[in-house]
Amino acid sequence: MNGDSFLQESMQGDRLAVTGVGAWTAAHARALDSQISGFARRHRGVKAISIEMGRVEKLDTFGAWLLEKLVRETEANGARTEVTGLKQDYGALIKEMHQVDLDPLDERRAGNSFTYALSSIGENISSVGVSLSAMVNMLGALVTAILRELTRPGSFRMTSLVHQLDMVAWRAVPIVLLITFLIGCIIAQQGLFHFRKFGADVYVVDMVGILVLRELGVLIVCIMVAGRSGSAYTAELGSMKMREEIDALKTMGFDPTEVLILPRILALIIGVPILTFIGSMAALYGGGLVCWLYGGIAPDIFLSRLKEAIALNTFQVGMIKAPFMALVIGVVACVEGLKVKGSAESLGRQTTASVVEAIFLVIVMDGLFAIFFASIGM
Amino acid sequence: MAANNGKRETIIEARGVEVGFGDRLVLKGADLDVYRGEILGFVGGSGAGKSVLMRTIIGLIKKRAGTIKVFGQDLDQLSDEERRAIERRWGVLFQQGALFSSLTVMENLQFTVRENLHLPQRLMNELAVAKLEMVGLDASVCNKYPSELSGGMTKRVALARALALDPEIVFLDEPTSGLDPIGAGDFDTLIATLQRVLGLTVYMVTHDLDSLSTVCDRIAVLFDGKVIAAGTMDAMLKSEQPWMKEYFRGKRARAAIGAREAALSPGNG
Repeated sequence: MNGDSFLQESMQGDRLAVTGVGAWTAAHARALDSQISGFARRHRGVKAISIEMGRVEKLDTFGAWLLEKLVRETEANGARTEVTGLKQDYGALIKEMHQVDLDPLDERRAGNSFTYALSSIGENISSVGVSLSAMVNMLGALVTAILRELTRPGSFRMTSLVHQLDMVAWRAVPIVLLITFLIGCIIAQQGLFHFRKFGADVYVVDMVGILVLRELGVLIVCIMVAGRSGSAYTAELGSMKMREEIDALKTMGFDPTEVLILPRILALIIGVPILTFIGSMAALYGGGLVCWLYGGIAPDIFLSRLKEAIALNTFQVGMIKAPFMALVIGVVACVEGLKVKGSAESLGRQTTASVVEAIFLVIVMDGLFAIFFASIGM
Repeated sequence: MAANNGKRETIIEARGVEVGFGDRLVLKGADLDVYRGEILGFVGGSGAGKSVLMRTIIGLIKKRAGTIKVFGQDLDQLSDEERRAIERRWGVLFQQGALFSSLTVMENLQFTVRENLHLPQRLMNELAVAKLEMVGLDASVCNKYPSELSGGMTKRVALARALALDPEIVFLDEPTSGLDPIGAGDFDTLIATLQRVLGLTVYMVTHDLDSLSTVCDRIAVLFDGKVIAAGTMDAMLKSEQPWMKEYFRGKRARAAIGAREAALSPGNG
């Protein structure tokens, strides 16, 4: 059927007689449309058109709409148009199509690409400001929630906190152990390989000790926690927001910050330092192992060298940073979670944003801490 | 309404359909016929498996036994290509609408058309508006996202999407749940109108006694994993089966059906 003509035209005096043939259905809509779209232009001068639809085998909304369009276009050209021979069954369908109002469709063309580019830059910049203020808001809400909990300690959600600790800290232990152990091994191996060239093998112990305890332990753990728990927080809160569960909490007289956010962030603040400690130890262990097996530095030499290389404050620097980083990860994750709108796409977007922002802020914080500790001489 | 079943074409034919989840058998050999051009209301208690049978017919749930024929073709015997061709001939309205949340209303309506028919964008836009007007909305909702729509609007857009390819059968899963009585009534009228205009066959899973008594040609009842009755509302009302008696002649039912009789009787008089 494709490729056939759906319209047969013949002039009868000054009247153009058109006969529709074939099946005017969705399957043929493309061919039908191309035949109809040029029709009105070709017959601009014609004053009267009659369309005989008696030979059309089948008509659905696609065909009915195209017929309606044909009639509209010829009438816009000033031709009197009548449709005849339509089967009774299709009357209601044609009537529906006749009422279709396309005007609002044309109104929605606004703005060119240049103004669009400018406005999207503006929107992005203002959204950074909005994000920052949302984080400050969240911090404030957290502090008030904590103060409120202090006045009535009975209402604190211990079960929730323990559950979150289980999720973010306890269950993260194996993967944190594995990854930090490997990182420790790699640093030691690289150090040995390059330091050996100028006979400074034994200083690898200093490097591994300082690097791991001051910087790497906490950074690796934070990046993993941001990817593992931060994203989970955002997705959890986001889908609760989508399904109006957070609104439900509010109407029942609960503060979502108290019920949902505080336990999550507290769990991070408790969990991340623990993970940092475990991770640092695993990295030192890995470093020691490689020094022994690959570099020939016996464990007792490694340990005594390590004691000389690091002081308590090296360890403290790493551990002090951990809870602050945890706070940043938690706040970012919760803020992004609450930003989720109705769509599945927005849930995905906010989850990505949560991880990216959290890792970015963790690294920025690390830099600020480095300046701070340097200036107080730690 | 529909009494002369003998002559009519059977468009969906389910025989001995068994569906279970784990140890629990939900459908224990359900038989059902749906005739071309009718509105079939499918009822049953909550959790009885009404939606399960619908989802089995459209292929979302696997059955353990039985055959399902749609348009006279056994769905198990078809190649993927043939199956897709059949899927294009039905539309489904899910209970929550199931609109794609990251697409606008317009894009939702054009989704299947775009994939299947390769029409010019201009024509697709016009058709989307035409479909929206058919379900009682207008072009102003085109650029909205599903999350910006009210419950009733979501149902209407979802119905428009189900109708996008001019299907021969539409499956409606509780179309009026969550709508206010006026909205539900409007929606019933809309379904009846569209059924008449487009010559659809409508398979409607519902709990709404008003819908059942006003728009459905026939009613099928699912009880204990089997279709225990199928027929007109009058036949349902005469049944002595205890569950059906409670369902169709209980307190709530009497109110709904009483209203219908009151509305019909002067005209019939």
